[in-house]
Amino acid sequence: MIGTAVPEPYGGAGFGYLELCVLAEELGRSLAPTPFASTIYLAAEALLLAGSDAQKKRWLPRIAQAEAIGCLALAEGAHVATAHNIATRVTGGRISGTKLPVMDGDVADFAVVAAAESSGRAGLFLVDLKGEGVTRTSVSTVDPTRSHARIVFDGAAAEPLGAGVGGWPLVERLLDRAAVLVAFEQVGGAQAALDMAREYALGRFAFGRQIASFQAIKHKLADMYVGVELARSNAYYGAWALSKDAKELPVAAAAARVAASEAYYQAAKENIQIHGGMGFTWEFDCHLHYRRAKLTGLMLGSTRRWKDLLIARLEAAA
Amino acid sequence: MDFDDTREEAEFRKEVRQWLAANAEPKSGAFETWQSRYPGRDGYEGLERAKEFQAKKADAGFAALHWPVEWGGRALPPIYQVIYSQEETKYLVARGYFEIGLGMCMPTLFAFGTEEQKRRHAPVALRGQEVWCQLFSEPGAGSDLAGLRTRAQKNGDEWVINGQKIWTSGAHWADWAILVARSDPKAAKHKGLTFFFLSMKTPGIETRRIKQISGASHFNEVYFTDVRIPDSQRLGAVGAGWGVAITTLMNERLTSGDLRGPDFEEIFGLARSVGLEDGPAIKNSAVRERLADIYVKTQGVRLTRFRTMTALSRGETPGPENSIGKLVNAPKAQEIASFAMDLLDMGGVVMDKDTAPLRAAFQESLLSSPGGRIAAGTDEILRNIIAERVLGLPQDVRVDRDLPFDELPTGAR
Repeated sequence: MIGTAVPEPYGGAGFGYLELCVLAEELGRSLAPTPFASTIYLAAEALLLAGSDAQKKRWLPRIAQAEAIGCLALAEGAHVATAHNIATRVTGGRISGTKLPVMDGDVADFAVVAAAESSGRAGLFLVDLKGEGVTRTSVSTVDPTRSHARIVFDGAAAEPLGAGVGGWPLVERLLDRAAVLVAFEQVGGAQAALDMAREYALGRFAFGRQIASFQAIKHKLADMYVGVELARSNAYYGAWALSKDAKELPVAAAAARVAASEAYYQAAKENIQIHGGMGFTWEFDCHLHYRRAKLTGLMLGSTRRWKDLLIARLEAAA
Repeated sequence: MDFDDTREEAEFRKEVRQWLAANAEPKSGAFETWQSRYPGRDGYEGLERAKEFQAKKADAGFAALHWPVEWGGRALPPIYQVIYSQEETKYLVARGYFEIGLGMCMPTLFAFGTEEQKRRHAPVALRGQEVWCQLFSEPGAGSDLAGLRTRAQKNGDEWVINGQKIWTSGAHWADWAILVARSDPKAAKHKGLTFFFLSMKTPGIETRRIKQISGASHFNEVYFTDVRIPDSQRLGAVGAGWGVAITTLMNERLTSGDLRGPDFEEIFGLARSVGLEDGPAIKNSAVRERLADIYVKTQGVRLTRFRTMTALSRGETPGPENSIGKLVNAPKAQEIASFAMDLLDMGGVVMDKDTAPLRAAFQESLLSSPGGRIAAGTDEILRNIIAERVLGLPQDVRVDRDLPFDELPTGAR
């Protein structure tokens, strides 16, 4: 399963993006606690987009065999990371700086790291996390089903990723492609939260009747359904654009991300509400979707930022 | 989801484009969609021109693509109707006059009428020579249509109708109508109804136009005083009118749902052209955030339609998930109108067509869009439909199901 989207020459199954989207939806639905997104949508995708042949040969076969975990190290603390404020520096092939949080960074074998060269030009670099000059500590986040790390680089060896496209445009392309795939995880999660809420409302009786027969509950569930369907349609279009590498991808990816992030958060939040007090307990899975919805909504940048990006891209296209 | 036509569909689209280019008037802006539905204050202004175009459309074989060949159709799968509609919306075509007759009344006649009745009515309706309306809603029966109380009393071979209908679109220009009335007030609510069709010229019918908040008058109150209908114009069995009405309403969902006001393109264009206190509106982050919300909804509905089209194209039946289109679009139209006026600040109130952007389309839409959230299923009824038919949730507890109709509580008692 891990090797689904890794091309055959590198030991994978060589399936296309559409198959990967189907898989992503199921991972999201099942709240899979795996480093799949970090490894496949981000690290492997970065290698496929901009890795040299040697870089691909080194990591992709190991990814396909589930022998290597990858991750993306972009954020540098509690603020927006941009091309202009990245503080991590690469000088003479050595990287220094602190990344926080790095999803799956505590378990990963290698990282794709956003950093600036001494010229100030920011881009992506490949770092072996098992090498010298890397200190990793686990950090707690709102979603303990996915592990996160603080990674301090102190002169670790770093190779630039930049065959074909490089610099910050590479970061944006990578995030666009991941946005579509994560949107499918979000749609799967949102559908699962909606299904849970529906099941509970059908089985729970109050005032002598199923709570699913109250319009206050029915309309809430209908709104969740509308959100999920609009997100699903936007995600399908993103999948089409991704699979064809269409010129519509930047707009389609941003729209898919916005719709799916909002639909998942809405479904997860209202799922707790429909469960009432039980939804607020550790024993019920409601909180797992609530946590995952917020995590997936931030892991590639906030919805607020993607909305701004969406409009910027529509302006550019107009 | 497939975004491309099949070869046959592409050829058909080409044929449609060529015919429309030769026979229809192109739009100057997308926002004209709604303005061309019923041109003029009371809709009469566009009627004759619409009838002329409808006759040409029928002669060219485009008026009812999915109808049987014997009634002037081409017996094509529904996807061809979708393709034709997509192309036609690029032109100024006042199709609203015929939607009810062809989309709702004729399918009901096909299902329940005699061969002679179909032969008499279908061809002239198709060519726009006779326009139909639908006499369903009443002052006390809107969302709860089965609560209607217009009486139908049997008298020999005739039925005598007394009562009142309301919100009847086009009753003032219609030639014929379908009608559902209460034939047995002692029966349970849904079981005492009977369905008819009748000429709007029948003595005893009085039509009064209703002035809408937009100032236009496209729908009516219709009063019946001892109106006589021959029993031969009954559709379905006595007491089976609810089932016939459901047939009509199932077809309504296929007919309605297009957004008829300014959409994302228009509000995006406005934001790019108008200035705020801190520079161009499009650079204001609060404006950008709302634009993104509107875009994502617009695309979501558009793409959900593509999913429906793909299902149609494969010969599958689209489900009630279709109802999300109107549930999203109708409130969105109202939001776009209000948001646009906010961007114009104090000047937003001006409705003068020579002053206001897009010839006051946003202001017109502010006043027409509330209707979209009520007609053909209110927002609330659509949520119930999604909850019950898509999500399989139970119906609300009903106190009116098994009681004789004349024992049901009403506000009047």
